[in-house]
Amino acid sequence: MEDKNKNRVPLGQKPHIVEKPKDPSAIGGSITVEINEKKVTVPMGTTILEACRENQIHIPTLCYHDDLCFAGVCRLCVVEVEGMPTLAASCSYPITAPIKIKTSTPKVRRARKHVIDLMLSEHYGECYSCIRNNNCELQALAKEYGVTDYTFGHIEKKRYEIDDSSFSIIRDLDKCVLCKRCVRTCIDLQEVGVLEAIGRGHETHIGTFLDKQLADVICINCGQCINRCPTGALHEKEITQDIWSAIDDPTKHVVIQTAPSPRAAIGEEFGLEPGHSMTFKMNTALKRIGFDAVFDTNFTADLTIIEEGTELLLRLYKALVNKDESVKLPQFTSCSPGWVKYLEHFYPEYVGHLSSAKSPQQMFGALLKTYYAKKLKLDPSKIVSCAVMPCSAKKFECNRPEMNDSGYQDVDYGLTTRELAKMIKEAGIHLPEMPDSHFDNPFGDASGAGLIFGVTGGVMEAAIRSVIEFITGDKAEEVFDGMNVMPVRGFEGIKYAEIKIDHVGPVPDLIKHLVPNWDWVKGATLKVAVVHGTANAKKVMDDIKAGGKFSQCHFIEFMACPGGCLGGGGQPIPTNEEIRKKRAEAIYAEDAGLELRKSHENPHIIQTYKEFLTDGPCGHTAHKLLHTHYTVRGKYIA
Amino acid sequence: MLISEKQALTERVGMLVQKYGNSRSALIPILQDIQHNFKYITDFEQQEVARLLDIHPVEVYSVISFYSFLSSKQRGKNIVRLCQSISCELEGKEKVAKAIERELGIKFGETTKDKKFTLEYTNCMGMCDQSPAMMVNEKVYSKLTPEKAVQILKEVK
Repeated sequence: MEDKNKNRVPLGQKPHIVEKPKDPSAIGGSITVEINEKKVTVPMGTTILEACRENQIHIPTLCYHDDLCFAGVCRLCVVEVEGMPTLAASCSYPITAPIKIKTSTPKVRRARKHVIDLMLSEHYGECYSCIRNNNCELQALAKEYGVTDYTFGHIEKKRYEIDDSSFSIIRDLDKCVLCKRCVRTCIDLQEVGVLEAIGRGHETHIGTFLDKQLADVICINCGQCINRCPTGALHEKEITQDIWSAIDDPTKHVVIQTAPSPRAAIGEEFGLEPGHSMTFKMNTALKRIGFDAVFDTNFTADLTIIEEGTELLLRLYKALVNKDESVKLPQFTSCSPGWVKYLEHFYPEYVGHLSSAKSPQQMFGALLKTYYAKKLKLDPSKIVSCAVMPCSAKKFECNRPEMNDSGYQDVDYGLTTRELAKMIKEAGIHLPEMPDSHFDNPFGDASGAGLIFGVTGGVMEAAIRSVIEFITGDKAEEVFDGMNVMPVRGFEGIKYAEIKIDHVGPVPDLIKHLVPNWDWVKGATLKVAVVHGTANAKKVMDDIKAGGKFSQCHFIEFMACPGGCLGGGGQPIPTNEEIRKKRAEAIYAEDAGLELRKSHENPHIIQTYKEFLTDGPCGHTAHKLLHTHYTVRGKYIA
Repeated sequence: MLISEKQALTERVGMLVQKYGNSRSALIPILQDIQHNFKYITDFEQQEVARLLDIHPVEVYSVISFYSFLSSKQRGKNIVRLCQSISCELEGKEKVAKAIERELGIKFGETTKDKKFTLEYTNCMGMCDQSPAMMVNEKVYSKLTPEKAVQILKEVK
């Protein structure tokens, strides 16, 4: 996110942005300033805030966020700059001269206190009944600045209706402090453009197009705004009470599937440093809460790889051998419900490119109420299927009308990581102290390929591990060092990789009935791309529309959230680049430590195809339960 | 809205974008042009402007909601704005306001049924030395009395 401050700056203001020099040691590359009478040297163009942070000087911030461009609207980070008549907002003051800065003078402290007092005067609500109690930046600031009463009064009446129209996101504008982080997230980071400041003066509020409800505008439910909201103004639609009552109902068989990303992050809710994987401790905690069975979403992630990979091979076969021009290539992944909705809205003419394979969550839902119910002789109407996801869009996804292929709602509840942490705490469990336990059968523990779905590039890596083995017959660990497909790893917004297929092997039994041989791919180059964050997706889609480099790809992985699922809208708050990297490390480390790292080698997958999905990948049963269709939505709001 | 109507609007917005350019800074001139000719900017036009300038509809709506001289709701053919600032208040704005309300049969913030007049308050127009003052469309009238105001409105009709 190098140019995060230049994205949408009006043309006239672009020359005012100070670019940091490539080499700070060159003449004029860095500058020495005085911060609190201490001399420090920083690269030219560093902001005062960055300079202070590097020198362990704490400056409170509210509208500033590591992932977003400057706003300079909250005025909390003001400092005194010698010679300036007014206080300067340190977050948006680039250092270009040898200035003298003071960060804690009486004037500065009084100004900051006033800013907090003014925010509190308009901030309706009580901390006890707030979802963000104890994890609220405004609350923390009030404590830091010793607020003991309301200097400028306190609003007594609700001014706005709570908008709970969306399946995923609730907006409570009474708690909004107008920092515009959500606006910058929605417009700059995600390019969805749902939220903006509406009105002027004291009537300003964060609103949608024509002040419609969230369900009526083009929101993709990614929840990135929730992750960046400093207060409780934006939060997910809580469903923990429904799950508690299902657990407490003895006639119900309550099962839960857990996605890879929550495990890498949930420790943060219990005071651990980011980057601790809690997979097996979480299993024990879930059992103690009272879930009847705990399953690994990675199992259906493995299944997704088989289905989506087979679909890709079939598409390529049809396009290259049968010369069928109606085949849509590149194929897009469909695991991220935020991305799927983004495409349905903004590029509806491309829905045919989406893999028809459902996301792992929905595949699991469909299997639980059919295969699992049959196997354990359960009444599917009594199964309550829950899913722990790092995602707020999953709540929308499980409520899609087309996701009822088992005859019932396939997944009843999508829980976010934060909600699950709350349930675990409510049950009186301290997660880090739990003993380990494994996932329940018949699905058991899954492969590392399913696990890395949580990181951007993971779906692609998992697919490559299997597809390469399918086609060449070589072992993936021999082709890629340590089975790590490095070209698709990393946090660049858009990644591109080419894989040359110079020899082919026999067609594996699983898909023998679909493809007679591999001679047609011999010598071909598989072109793939990995994209995360819908702003990057927009760039790639525009390139495809214009017939550019990405239109020549065969398979593209898209994830709506920056960093992939581990940076999802349901993950613990705060989230920034450093935290996302640590979560990714945790996931990759867990994958590297596993015996089983390829989807098609998962014995439970092989068994499922033998017992239940007997007509193989992309066969009739698979199509009925594991594949779906998409809705052309368009971006016009009536 | 009929498809033919939509097409006409799309064409109109397209011509404005040609006239003012498609950079972000063209947004306000385009909106002012629509506002000047049609008195308000329809939902569909807002979305078309957004599409052609490659911004989001909510950004267009945000700008419209910020400026009182831009409107996203249908208004009357003539817009009457009476100054509510302190000089006009002292010089008898209240009486003028009552007279106008009686004449048009509506309250401030409303539009007449025949869509001829919209009545609203404005803040200082810089006519404090000649208060009370009002604006009808883009013309300023000053040193108002109730009678004079009613007469002006009758002439506008």
